[in-house]
Amino acid sequence: MSENKITIQVLGSGCPTCKKLFDLTKQAVAEMKLGAKVEYITDVQKIVDMGLMSSPVLAIDGKPAFVGFVPDVEEIKKAIQKAGEKNNI
Amino acid sequence: MSIFYPVQLLADWLTYGLFHIVPSTLLASAVDFFIYDTTKIFILLSVIIFAVSIIRSYLPPEKIRAVLAHKNQYVGNMLASTLGIITPFCSCSAITLFLGFVQAGVPLGTTFSFLVASPMINEVALVMLLGLFGWKITVIYIISGLIIAMLSGAIIGKLKMENLVESFVFQNAVGASVNLPHMTRKERVAYAKDYTLDILKKVWLYVVIGIGVGAWIHGYVPADFIARYAGSGTWYAVPLAVLIGIPLYSNAAGVIPLVSVLTEKGVSMGTTLAFMMSVTALSLPEFMILKKVMKPKLILIFAGIVSLGIIFTGYLFNWVL
Repeated sequence: MSENKITIQVLGSGCPTCKKLFDLTKQAVAEMKLGAKVEYITDVQKIVDMGLMSSPVLAIDGKPAFVGFVPDVEEIKKAIQKAGEKNNI
Repeated sequence: MSIFYPVQLLADWLTYGLFHIVPSTLLASAVDFFIYDTTKIFILLSVIIFAVSIIRSYLPPEKIRAVLAHKNQYVGNMLASTLGIITPFCSCSAITLFLGFVQAGVPLGTTFSFLVASPMINEVALVMLLGLFGWKITVIYIISGLIIAMLSGAIIGKLKMENLVESFVFQNAVGASVNLPHMTRKERVAYAKDYTLDILKKVWLYVVIGIGVGAWIHGYVPADFIARYAGSGTWYAVPLAVLIGIPLYSNAAGVIPLVSVLTEKGVSMGTTLAFMMSVTALSLPEFMILKKVMKPKLILIFAGIVSLGIIFTGYLFNWVL
């Protein structure tokens, strides 16, 4: 399955809001039964290097999917799903 | 007739009809006041935060940066202060905003104007002001906030403080291009809904406690007790209010209802405004986080200039109003 190739990253300054996004993303990945690992990056320079300025960020395959807020689990699942479908083509 | 007249009817009905509290007692006025204010504030919070979130989804900080990167210093200060209003400010984003601006070539002074305006003129504070003090005080607050943000940024720009920023900041340059996920209208509405719920979840308890304590003071504490210590005649009231406001950052939502009642009991308006500006603009946790990117001396200068601006505003309004 190509889904294993997806890289999922949560980037944040280490604040409680960022931690919440990390936990929700892990939950989403677990519920979707993907083998993918969720990476948690607290180096804020990485966010700025991506051209972004709000924390936290959820990036899928290096592309920002959610910036500056915490969506609910279903929306995270949808975003991961969409990225997975693109990979299959 | 106020648009909140139905809310008043609801509060009256609950207090006298449902709870059967004897009218014109202290308890009745406190309960009525509590129901009216909480209902009104929650309606305002939901509507205004939702609206601001929708606007923000079209104008995120990344787009604001693209505008600011090419402006000269003074135009920049003005624009940055104004744009700071719609940007939500959580201390989590203080560093990314700072790095993102400075590394894309936005002048330091302009960046500071934004850092002052963004938390000080935020939508939660504005809703509380609007709901509890009315639109005149809200407009006064916005205008004085903008002036303080512009001047603080202009002064820091003039002082040439770049050497007080940690050196790694300038070693890394980024472009000011916008690299955001595209949002459909449905996604913008979902974002605004999530954001509004998130803020409501964060502040509801403070609002309820703040209005609750306020309602109690409203009913029971005599006015001259407070006026004696915090009326406009007391010279130290303004600086003291600013000092007390610094550690109270995240509680702005609960502090404002409390303060609105204190005003009714004799605290002067200038002191009140100074206190609220200090609660929102000067935040200890934000200063701790900013230490990663700038020397403590610059943080102190920044806090000092903003404090002086707030104290001046406080005295001015005590004198004028």
